[in-house]
Amino acid sequence: MIDIHEGGISSTVQDLGRSGNYHIGMPPSGAMDPYAHSVANFLVGNDADAATIEMTYQGITATFQEDAVIAITGADMSPSLDGESIDMWKTVAVEAGDELEVSFATDGARAYLAVAGGIDVPKVMGSRSTYTLVGIGGHEGRGLEEGDQLALGAGGAGSSERDTGDPEELVGTELPAEYVPDYAEEDTVRIVLGLTDYRLTDEARETLCDAEWTVSPEADRTGYRLEGPDLEFKEREQPFGAGTNPSNVVDLGYPVGSIQVPQKPIVLMQDAVTGGGYATVGTVISVDRGLLAQRQTHKTVTFEPVDVEAAIAARTERNDRLEEIEAGLSGDR
Amino acid sequence: MAPEQITQVDLPDPRYEYGADDFVFVELAEAMSFTANFKAMAITQQVAKQEIDGVVENCPGNASYMLRIDPEVIHPDDLIARLKTIESEIDLEDYAWETRVIDVPVLFEDPWTHETLIEFRDRHQDPDGTDLEYSAELNGFDSVDAFLEAFVGAPHMVTMVGFVPGLPWCFQMVPRSEQLEVPKYVEPRTDTPSRAVGFGGAFSVIYPVQGAGGYQLYGRTPVEVLDVDQELPDFAESIVFPNPGDILNYRAIDRAEYDAIREDVEAGTYEYTYDRVEFSPDEFFAAPHEYNDQLVEGIQ
Repeated sequence: MIDIHEGGISSTVQDLGRSGNYHIGMPPSGAMDPYAHSVANFLVGNDADAATIEMTYQGITATFQEDAVIAITGADMSPSLDGESIDMWKTVAVEAGDELEVSFATDGARAYLAVAGGIDVPKVMGSRSTYTLVGIGGHEGRGLEEGDQLALGAGGAGSSERDTGDPEELVGTELPAEYVPDYAEEDTVRIVLGLTDYRLTDEARETLCDAEWTVSPEADRTGYRLEGPDLEFKEREQPFGAGTNPSNVVDLGYPVGSIQVPQKPIVLMQDAVTGGGYATVGTVISVDRGLLAQRQTHKTVTFEPVDVEAAIAARTERNDRLEEIEAGLSGDR
Repeated sequence: MAPEQITQVDLPDPRYEYGADDFVFVELAEAMSFTANFKAMAITQQVAKQEIDGVVENCPGNASYMLRIDPEVIHPDDLIARLKTIESEIDLEDYAWETRVIDVPVLFEDPWTHETLIEFRDRHQDPDGTDLEYSAELNGFDSVDAFLEAFVGAPHMVTMVGFVPGLPWCFQMVPRSEQLEVPKYVEPRTDTPSRAVGFGGAFSVIYPVQGAGGYQLYGRTPVEVLDVDQELPDFAESIVFPNPGDILNYRAIDRAEYDAIREDVEAGTYEYTYDRVEFSPDEFFAAPHEYNDQLVEGIQ
């Protein structure tokens, strides 16, 4: 059991999300940075899909009621255990009664706390991920607050179906430096142009890819609103049913990662609205959605257009890298 | 008098678009029409039936559809090739489906949406009226009552579900000449009451939960479209009640009936009044008003 003393700004239980319900308006939810989430799980011997605590800008303060094995990855939030600083991206032993304090993000926006065995909350529609809008998943369908108690997965031997052995043996394991992202440097987000980008003028399409976009304060699990130059639409007689504004289209499905343009671009994230009536002009590739999720408010990003083959190649490379990490960490034992 | 039938629309070639590596978005038409919507439903039903490996989400839209895929199982180009084959084989002429005709009671001009629309008046095209007064005038009706008569005068078909869980987009089942159309708010509201009935573009919607919204606000239904705890009997199988293809028949009710239904909903005993029917696009296109009358007979 973990006792939460402070929930931070927005801390939720997340796994890799739920699928199969997008058509009823249910977004996947799940970790905004699945790479950091998965690595945290690997460091404690869990499968990638075990539930972690996603902490945004500020971490939690919590006391462990039992011995545990943990790892914190993602944004650097200067964690400490009973007042002693502990490393990010490293497997750490916790003793019953220890207080974990996770502070403010200095690099990146989201950190992940994995515990051997996973955070044990009931699955809703196949996932433990929190979706706060309708209040499902995670801990009571909401962000963590003072007084919440979270159970840990049974046995403490990892949530994995693999034979992971004793997570205690993983204590002290560090993720090799080559695999640790430097969020401050990651200011380029690759996109595949398309969807209804025919609505943009040629000039606006160039602007989209050339401009420096600033992450606005309205950037959360639903979407990242970006500030930058105006994007102009081609003039047309609006089709029936679309609405009168040039940005309006007949309501259509929005991919996760899609960039919609009511006025300024909004990139839809893991708690995306699944459809709507604004023109969509491209989609952030799956691998780079996690990078955008680590971009702090007021930082800039640029969009680099790539083709679908490059997007798939990046995904395959990422999956290979995660497999390599998982295998490497298992090999350490 | 306009001919009382619906003319099939010649659709352009579908546009197949990549939503990065893990989505394929297909636009069947830029404009809304039943032809485009039925085609989207027919294709996505066929995709579901074929159980294509690597397809993880299958989302029919109003005049488009979208699939989420695992590109390491199926390359988007291979999927698009299959979708083109499906598209070429779809014949809407002999296409029919089983659906539900559902009674949706609505308290129009209710106090809750009224308060909201007054609160956000500065974001509206017409700061001095109500959303209904504005919509009535824009569509050439001389009173709100006449406009509402048209709004409830023919059923609305669910042509897409989404935005948030359970929100149905509905397209009224009348010839194009009788379709109502209104713009969305100039600036979206940051608040909308749950169960608000709105209208934007040519779509009516029911907001499942309190939240942002940009549609004109007309009323509030006492019934739920989303029940995450699945306590109401109609939600035993899904947390969401409306499905694409369902036919909603809005019915104006008074405050007493609203309160009575609300009591049943809160007690967990309310059950929707609906009828299962076989829907035939052909018969609907040929004589929509007569066909609609037949459809709603079972729930009256």
